[in-house]
Amino acid sequence: METLKVRDAKDVEDAVRAAIAGEQPLEIVGHGSKRLIGQPMATNALLDLSALNAVTAYEPNELIITVQAGAPLADVLSLIDSKNQQFAFEPIDTSLLLGTPAGRGSIGGMIGAGFAGPRRIKAGGARDHLLGAHAVSGFGESFKAGGRVVKNVTGYDVCKLLAGSWGTLAVMTEVTLKVMPRPESERTLVLRGLDDVAANRAMTAALGSPFDVSGAAHLPGSALRTTQAPLGELGAPDQSLTLLRLEGITASAAHRAGSLRAALSSYGPADVIEDAESAAAWAAIRDVAPYAASGPRALWPVWRIVCPPASGGAFGQALARESQGEVFYDWAGGLIWAALPPSKDANARALRQRVDAIGGHAALIRASEELRRAVDVFHPQERGLAALGQRVKHSFDPRDILNRGRMARGPAS
Amino acid sequence: MTILMPEPDQAVLARRGEIVAALRKIVPGEGVIDSAAEMVPYESDGLMAYRQPPMVVVLPDTTAQVAKVLRYCHDNGIKVVPRGSGTSLSGGALPLADGVLLGLGKFKRIREIDFDNRAVVVEPGVTNLAISQAVDHAGFYYAPDPSSQIACSIGGNIAENSGGVHCLKYGMTTNNVLGCEIVLITGEIIRVGGKSAETSGYDLMGIITGSEGLLGVITEVTVRILQKPETARALMVGFADVEAAGKCVADVISAGIIPGGMEMMDKPAIHAAEAFVHANYPLDVEALLIIELDGPSVEVDELIQRVEAIARGCGSTTCQISTSEKERLLFWSGRKAAFPAVGRISPDYLCMDGTIPRAQLPLVLRRMKEMSAKYGLGVANVFHAGDGNLHPLILYDANKPGEMDAAEAFGADILRLCVEVGGVLTGEHGVGIEKRDLMPEMFSDIDLNQQQRLKCAFDANGLLNPGKVFPTLHNCAELGRMHVHGGKLAFPDIPRF
Ligand SMILES: Cc1cc2nc3c(=O)[nH]c(=O)nc-3n(C[C@H](O)[C@H](O)[C@H](O)COP(=O)(O)OP(=O)(O)OC[C@H]3O[C@@H](n4cnc5c(N)ncnc54)[C@H](O)[C@@H]3O)c2cc1C
Ligand SMILES: Cc1cc2nc3c(=O)[nH]c(=O)nc-3n(C[C@H](O)[C@H](O)[C@H](O)COP(=O)(O)OP(=O)(O)OC[C@H]3O[C@@H](n4cnc5c(N)ncnc54)[C@H](O)[C@@H]3O)c2cc1C
Repeated sequence: METLKVRDAKDVEDAVRAAIAGEQPLEIVGHGSKRLIGQPMATNALLDLSALNAVTAYEPNELIITVQAGAPLADVLSLIDSKNQQFAFEPIDTSLLLGTPAGRGSIGGMIGAGFAGPRRIKAGGARDHLLGAHAVSGFGESFKAGGRVVKNVTGYDVCKLLAGSWGTLAVMTEVTLKVMPRPESERTLVLRGLDDVAANRAMTAALGSPFDVSGAAHLPGSALRTTQAPLGELGAPDQSLTLLRLEGITASAAHRAGSLRAALSSYGPADVIEDAESAAAWAAIRDVAPYAASGPRALWPVWRIVCPPASGGAFGQALARESQGEVFYDWAGGLIWAALPPSKDANARALRQRVDAIGGHAALIRASEELRRAVDVFHPQERGLAALGQRVKHSFDPRDILNRGRMARGPAS
Repeated sequence: MTILMPEPDQAVLARRGEIVAALRKIVPGEGVIDSAAEMVPYESDGLMAYRQPPMVVVLPDTTAQVAKVLRYCHDNGIKVVPRGSGTSLSGGALPLADGVLLGLGKFKRIREIDFDNRAVVVEPGVTNLAISQAVDHAGFYYAPDPSSQIACSIGGNIAENSGGVHCLKYGMTTNNVLGCEIVLITGEIIRVGGKSAETSGYDLMGIITGSEGLLGVITEVTVRILQKPETARALMVGFADVEAAGKCVADVISAGIIPGGMEMMDKPAIHAAEAFVHANYPLDVEALLIIELDGPSVEVDELIQRVEAIARGCGSTTCQISTSEKERLLFWSGRKAAFPAVGRISPDYLCMDGTIPRAQLPLVLRRMKEMSAKYGLGVANVFHAGDGNLHPLILYDANKPGEMDAAEAFGADILRLCVEVGGVLTGEHGVGIEKRDLMPEMFSDIDLNQQQRLKCAFDANGLLNPGKVFPTLHNCAELGRMHVHGGKLAFPDIPRF
């Protein structure tokens, strides 16, 4: 396989045009940290964006940063952290889950995958923070989408499509992202011993309160058995953990933690953990630590299920029971991470039937290449919607040059 | 009147009687309006300088009827303009002489309130405010709050990706919708998203939001609702110059504070508002900021103090802090009534809507003053200062020859300036017809072609709301053609490994 290390947008255009002429699909790689996700692809050349790594402009007072797409995420995170700012959607670090080297990952990959962490319930996802992009389409043309200000409705909101498109629409060369102030402090309420359904109710009540909860997760005992510090230490294998996060200025976070504890007293007594300890727990949830590739569940396929939040508890409980697998919950029940014992199709059929019934969708995030060839990694869509998605793909990339087959199986893409 | 619309299709106009009859078969009774007198209310939207009677108005009340109307229009090559409440300020709902105006006014039901999932399912004709009212008893509300919220429809909000004074903290429409049902021009009904936080596949909800009625007709919407903050208080701060007020806005943000709302008014706007609603605005200041903090009392009280100190540091000349809900609403009353207040001091006004990087505010205001002198027209400014979204109101009199043209030229200059300093043509009102011909200021042909290709994925024959958003119409076959450059040599001249 040939690897093309592009230096600028012009190189990307040339590479895509040559790929079109040679009918040779391209795989787009930031740092390749998430190459193990998605449908295995039919490409024979790699477009490596890691040399496009400059920070073009960082304007903390405007709440924006403009960076080239190959810029290392870790560097960008520490840059904005130095001004007490963050990407509010808490992008996830998949290295623990996938067993790839830590400290890798590009900004383009962060947007391409579009995975948001626990704060999604309050701050939205990657799509809500991408303000503008320069990208090269499958026509081999550089185009611009969006702008460099936080409020903009000029033309179609093409940025929304680029986020989460896994590099199948266009190669981003530069992006402008919204940054937000990092909260002064955080408190996490810890409830213990609730079953999944009761925990789902407690999280629903918390999100329905005026206390501005910015994280709501539930880890059954099974998830704690497989993980070490910090979650393993916080809980015990025979006792589940339900975590509710409050962020803001110190006085406010502390006050709301107290009010929420009182409001949820019928779910039992609650501890409160603070700042660094709280942050470590949420990072472990964000990065799916219970199913780490270095841990006891390394060989189990892992699903990411997104569903209406109030349905999560009952759904996850039944799924775990019937598949003999394990689950834990983020987004107040709206995101379920499920590790299922190895089987021929990773339980895809049965699982998806159930997910369809509650109006959710499921993606197979970690699985062997063989398994990812055998099943649809991303949730199959109803026919009309799938066809529309395909027409959208072709409006950017009519020859299927970019990441052919990454998001959908079959000859069509 | 400088904006040209696509030439009416005479062949379609010649078939008007037959078309009306066919539509009556689909939507019986009073749902089809074809008399000139009854169509008058539909001739324009909130951009009232432009008027055009449609060929016929159709008011369906079921998704099935919408689907049949669209399929009929598709099969017969008839243009369609969707319309909600007709409050668009950019002419998005302006009818076409040879087009069907498809009104969603009968889609008025709230279909489901689901507090557990914090979601409400509504029909597109439901007003923005009605959603908040329907969930108010349980302490919830729908966050985006355009000033037109008593009238504008949620379908129109989706189509325009509308904002409001609280979107600095709570986001625009796009950040607060979960799913929709949309009917394509072919009559195909597609459901996107639902009550889950994310949709599967491409984020089509994201592209439908803000598509100005060009991609499909929205027939159902699922929005996210939020619990109301415990309390809200506002500061009203005056400054002797606009620079100081601008610096105060930047300093609040860089102190890590995101207020619920942060609005600015300049002297002409302050005076107009005060004369209209008597909100006790200081009249001797050049700029007034209204800064609202919301959340638990402990947080609001502390942040109010921090903001007050920042304002003082920026040289504020007056500062009042609301001590009651009544007082907070009084602070807002002038700002909320700014448009009608300006309407009282000028026979006509044009409301612009550019966004700029906040730091450019003093420069932009200075340049606007020069333009005001050049065109001989007054301008009053209200801004969503927190997110740099300007609303210059250009004062003119349509009855004076040449003034409307001058006002439009002045407005175009302001928007060019917004783009020049790194901003955009529209922050929340949409492109419509109003800014259509300015799109090349911001986008190249390639950019615009890519957007139009996306349109082709939804509407291959360009029948939905043509003449809006894009200055030039291309046919989809031409746009989709691939011009392959380069020879046989694969990947020339790029370092490889
Ligand atoms: C200390 C540390 C902290 C981290 N914290 C976070 C964090 O908070 N949040 C976070 O998200 N990640 C974090 N990461 C990294 C994270 O795990 C991922 O590795 C990273 O986001 C993915 O980037 P990638 O370039 O490796 O992805 P890739 O695997 O290269 O790409 C992912 C997808 O996006 C596509 N893609 C990549 N680049 C482009 C482009 N330019 N245009 C179009 N499509 C493209 C690819 O084709 C692929 O489909 C962290 C890493 C470290 C070391
Ligand atoms: C006094 C006043 C104050 C305003 N304040 C604000 C403000 O603070 N913030 C703000 O963002 N806007 C504001 N607006 C602008 C306007 O209210 C918004 O753009 C609103 O969203 C339009 O909604 P509508 O129902 O009136 O839509 P219409 O004007 O009927 O239509 C607007 C566009 O949406 C399309 N459309 C409407 N319904 C549908 C549907 N169901 N399916 C597909 N397409 C559809 C139309 O084709 C058109 O392109 C204000 C307007 C006025 C008059």
